[in-house]
Amino acid sequence: MQAQSASGTAPVLSLRGITKTFPGVRALNAVQLDLYPGQVTALIGENGAGKSTIVKILTGIYQPDEGTIAVDGQEIRFPTAQAAGAAGVTAIHQETVLFDELTVAENIFIGHAPRGRFGLIDTARMVEEARHLLASIGADLDANIRLRDLGIAAKHLVAIARALSIDARVVIMDEPTAALSHKEIHELYDLVEKLKAQGKAILFISHKFDEIFRIADRFTVFRDGQFVAEGPMGGVQEADLVQMMVGRAVDQIYPKRPAEIGAPVLTVAGYCHPTEFDDIGFTLHRGEILGFYGLIGAGRSEVMQALFGITRPSKGACKVEGEVRVIRSTAEAVEAGIVYVPEDRGRQGAVKGLPIFQNVTLPSLGRTSRHGFLRLAEEFALTREYTRRLDLRAASLDQDVGLLSGGNQQKVVIAKWLATRPRVIILDEPTKGIDIGSKAAVHDFMSELAAQGLAVIMVSSEIPEVLGMADRVIVMREGRIAAEFVGETMTPENLVRAAVGIEEAA
Amino acid sequence: MTAASQPTPRHIPDRLKSRLSRTLKSWEALLLVVAAAIFVANALASPYFLDPWNLSDASFNFTEKALIAFAMAMLIIAGEIDLSVAAIIALASTVMGSAMVAGAPVWALVGLGIGTGLACGAFNGLLVAGFGLPSIVVTIGTMSLFRGISYIVLGDGAFTGYPPEFGWFGQGYVWWVFSFELALFAVMAVVFGVLLHRTNFGRLVYVIGNNATAARFSGVRVDRVRFILFLLTGVMSGVASVCLTSRLGSTRPSIATGFELEAVTMVVLGGVSILGGSGSIPGVVIAALVMGLVTFGLGLLNVPGIVMSIIVGGLLIGVIALPRLWAMMRK
Repeated sequence: MQAQSASGTAPVLSLRGITKTFPGVRALNAVQLDLYPGQVTALIGENGAGKSTIVKILTGIYQPDEGTIAVDGQEIRFPTAQAAGAAGVTAIHQETVLFDELTVAENIFIGHAPRGRFGLIDTARMVEEARHLLASIGADLDANIRLRDLGIAAKHLVAIARALSIDARVVIMDEPTAALSHKEIHELYDLVEKLKAQGKAILFISHKFDEIFRIADRFTVFRDGQFVAEGPMGGVQEADLVQMMVGRAVDQIYPKRPAEIGAPVLTVAGYCHPTEFDDIGFTLHRGEILGFYGLIGAGRSEVMQALFGITRPSKGACKVEGEVRVIRSTAEAVEAGIVYVPEDRGRQGAVKGLPIFQNVTLPSLGRTSRHGFLRLAEEFALTREYTRRLDLRAASLDQDVGLLSGGNQQKVVIAKWLATRPRVIILDEPTKGIDIGSKAAVHDFMSELAAQGLAVIMVSSEIPEVLGMADRVIVMREGRIAAEFVGETMTPENLVRAAVGIEEAA
Repeated sequence: MTAASQPTPRHIPDRLKSRLSRTLKSWEALLLVVAAAIFVANALASPYFLDPWNLSDASFNFTEKALIAFAMAMLIIAGEIDLSVAAIIALASTVMGSAMVAGAPVWALVGLGIGTGLACGAFNGLLVAGFGLPSIVVTIGTMSLFRGISYIVLGDGAFTGYPPEFGWFGQGYVWWVFSFELALFAVMAVVFGVLLHRTNFGRLVYVIGNNATAARFSGVRVDRVRFILFLLTGVMSGVASVCLTSRLGSTRPSIATGFELEAVTMVVLGGVSILGGSGSIPGVVIAALVMGLVTFGLGLLNVPGIVMSIIVGGLLIGVIALPRLWAMMRK
């Protein structure tokens, strides 16, 4: 079965019924995707919709459980990244996978460098060909310079030159503009036009609607690992796409209980950081869940880590219950009653290799011990109390945290902080990558905490989660607070607009 | 995972395996068997082995190194290392020798020896915890630095003529065959065992060794713990310096050469992961006994020192490799 685009050409690459399951999560459920020569197809979806999974399948990093991949109508498999490359599929990632210590030419030709006598690399020819490739995309770069001396935009150009060097037919661009300046983005658009003119099929993944409308010819929307819709960009409005992306009755899924919003607990004023964020100020109240929404890289986690004492703001003040607090270390943050559940659970959250109870009691050892000596009975009692409230699933409290599922590891991290009886709990992408059952438990518990008077900050990139759980939403864009929404104004459309920077009147 | 969640939270037991079964399957138990085997083999090989005074003499083979190994074990569990310990002994001994020449009393010599160790440990700790430098690089540097100072002070010479009362720390007996050093070894084994296994501080050592980033994200003052560990190692090196200087009755700049590797060997043989995060003090105690028994037994059989070091090296590799080979064979 061959789909036909409006222009009548057949797709270069066609995916049908692709399903991919990870333990506890169905990342993709029978999705389809078609890419046409000389056209840019935008893949649209929230974080967690399955976009990165499909990229990994296309580049041979993951194998689909079910479904078919066809190139020019011929069914094919990509058992390895090399196989995908040989079939002409190449990807340019957000963080380009290139080698900092090698030169531009070496990066372009790594793995398929022109060979000279004795099978050695013919450096002169390689540099010459690299120059041609770079010139063909209008990139003014020295082929002999080492990659680490280049900026992100230039690295993208190298990645694109590399894609051309292997004569790719399908180019995947995964949020290529995320780290680029305004001018660099426009140069990238020009380049995309050139690639189109050469007949490449381009899969363009982006959260930014302005650029999707600017360069895409077609769109495909995924939601929660499902295919939602596809079509030409011509006949679609921004609002339609947002609707397709979000597309579910939000408040049925999220069990937000009404909580009485009380006095201010945390007041942040004028927090600045030389590179990450600028002039952040907000007030958080008892019983409130304050959502922080924004694109990846908008500076949300960086603000939270500054509040938690991981980094220090260059300017700004923070008050907890009216008292000015200078937070220079995480220990001081915990003393001030501010705790942080990090996004990077495996590295920053749980101490893998140590048992559950030692993880839970870690910041509370002062309470479970006597004169500095451990009291295991107290530790088990405290762990039991908090893990029970979170409905932890584990074989024993002595089990290595590293053996638990992602959702249960998250519960251990949350239990660890609740045991310190904090005033403010900051949850950074609290349900990212965890299974649906644990997700519901975490949401339910968050709601209960707010009802008990705790002040909660929830950083999330999932619109339904933000809208379902938060009483108020602050949207950040490029390190600044872009907008704040309460009540009626908290709509998916408003959040997305503020995050990507579309004017209200558009 | 979408199955209906349980109405009430499930009961989770505290532990699945009993303490006894853990102990029996532990590395320490295996090491104890090795120690017993070496003891029996030695007793059969030489009629002089079982003499209490001979055994007591043998303990000097390991007591000073073991004092350092206890602190080193905590440092390695926390993911750091200190290779300057033997150089600290040399510097502390040199300081004591200089003070002795100047006529300082015995209590001042002891204080200066331990104080020098403390200062050296503080210097290492400042560079590692304060400036974030890697400990292996820092302590290779201070290894040359500390011993270098000793060489500048002493040249080819030596401090001799320590007062007889000072000799008690290395040559004196507390009761019957039990020397001061052996008693100190036993006391320190208990002190460090309690510190590592029964206190909050010891818990933090394991946490940092397993994941220092997560420790920091859990409100642990990671650098403070690291600094204290370097202080402790410095102090124990100072204590070892007092014992060793007292036992030898002299100070040469080459004193205690190679002690750092023997201390690390003891720690690793004792089951401490060189990558940090796991290990125990009882393991190090048994490892110290094993090494002491092996060197003493071989000495009775008139095995030369070079061969002895080959055997100790082989023992280390063998004991570390055997469990892995065993696991591979069963697969």
